[in-house]
Amino acid sequence: MKTLRALITITGLILFWGLLTSLLELPRFMLPSPLVVGKALVTNAGLIGENALTTAIEIVLGLVLGVLFGTISALLISAYRPVKQWVFPLLIASQAIPVFAIAPLLVLWLGYGMAPKIVMSLLIIYFPVTVGFLDGLNRTDPAWLNLAGLLQQSSKSGRLRKLINLYIHIKIPFALPSLASGIRVAAAIAPIGAVVGEWVGASSGLGYLMLHANARVQTDIMFASLLVLTTMALLLYYLIDALLLRALPWLSTPNDTKIQ
Amino acid sequence: MESQDPPYSGLTESMPDTVPDQGNIGIGVHLSLDKLAFDGDTILSDLELELDPGKITCLLGPSGVGKSSILKILAGFIPLPGHSRITASDGESLTGRLSYMDQKDLLLPWATVIDNLLIGGRLRGERPDRMRAETLIQQVGLEKWRYNRPSTLSGGMRQRVALARTLMEGSPVLLMDEPFSALDAITKFRLQDMAAQLLADKTVLLITHDPMEALRLGDIIYVLAGHPPRLSAAIKPEKAILRDPSDGAFTQHYSAIMTRLAGEAEETL
Repeated sequence: MKTLRALITITGLILFWGLLTSLLELPRFMLPSPLVVGKALVTNAGLIGENALTTAIEIVLGLVLGVLFGTISALLISAYRPVKQWVFPLLIASQAIPVFAIAPLLVLWLGYGMAPKIVMSLLIIYFPVTVGFLDGLNRTDPAWLNLAGLLQQSSKSGRLRKLINLYIHIKIPFALPSLASGIRVAAAIAPIGAVVGEWVGASSGLGYLMLHANARVQTDIMFASLLVLTTMALLLYYLIDALLLRALPWLSTPNDTKIQ
Repeated sequence: MESQDPPYSGLTESMPDTVPDQGNIGIGVHLSLDKLAFDGDTILSDLELELDPGKITCLLGPSGVGKSSILKILAGFIPLPGHSRITASDGESLTGRLSYMDQKDLLLPWATVIDNLLIGGRLRGERPDRMRAETLIQQVGLEKWRYNRPSTLSGGMRQRVALARTLMEGSPVLLMDEPFSALDAITKFRLQDMAAQLLADKTVLLITHDPMEALRLGDIIYVLAGHPPRLSAAIKPEKAILRDPSDGAFTQHYSAIMTRLAGEAEETL
């Protein structure tokens, strides 16, 4: 049913687009019709595919690294007070710098390859992941913290060991839903970082391809690349969403399985 | 709902060997509270509470009178104010010898019933005692549900898991903060039966606002009421727990307690 609704919406949009181009008789370089874009997609499949692969690798690597760094940062900030007092304000302030503005610098420092794009994605993703996870870690139910403290009273382990156990068994699992929300946001915005990086300076990638197609008024290739990019971003989002739901099964327990 | 709930009765016949607990089962606890204030408002003052070893002491009182604060002080959730002191009858510290059960079940939503019982050991970095957990799950009649997650259990069953988790530590002193208050009348009644058996020989402080519960389960009952709140003299009903609500003495005590609670309530209205 959900798939059917999606199909109807997409078909409707394409029909509307086709109708618009044929009714207004727009020139091809202004708004190519869906047919023309489809043809461009097929004839340039190799070129677009090659560049899409570059972009996909950049997005995935940026996402993985961003989530990794974000998770570690959130854990350190939450568990270790000096980090919270000294590093966290810096982290917030760093968000005032538009990532777009430092893209040329990244290209200058890291070259025209994949590295600056991965770093761009990472920078964009890092913040929502860190803040989301940190928020979850800071909001453990105090009743549970009290109980855990009582349960740990007779422990012979050292303070650090107790803290680690508290994180592993209580704080982190309770914060996982917040982390999941952060990762969902990250998955949705990761492509932005990669594409902006490619616009500033690249030798391959969908952003690079679109920039060149635009310069040569190959609007059909631009649209084809845009379609591929959108599809990639959507696939990534739904893949991540499905993986997260699988990883946190207690959140998706349907209410009707309850014994009432 | 009740038809699907596992039986509370049949406990005695299938009762497995009692699980070994920490030594010195019969320790008494004395709380001498000087003054407890939040934001300058005095909640409680000059209060002496005695928990007899191996007995269930019920602290009964209307909502908001400070019953839970007393329990939280004993549990260490509220720092011990001023000149107050807590002493155990054997003269040693209570640290590590207390277990606590809340009104909410506080079960871990991602963990199965058995893993919820093992959490204490895991938090302490010990090897979890599965045998003991299995025995306790059997005692609360949830063998069939041991690998279920809490979200698939009814409220009564969840509170039974919480009770088993509280007993899991084998602490000699148990602090229970209105543990059955969120349950419907019948489930509550059955869980009280179960608790009375499982809490035998423990030193228990049971907070409740339900006179019926106090009279069924309490070896010793104190009423905390008034403004400022004062502790009544100890009420020690003659019969042993679990008392029968249809009993004559029960009804007498019940109306006496109600009169006292209602009288105090009128004063504050």
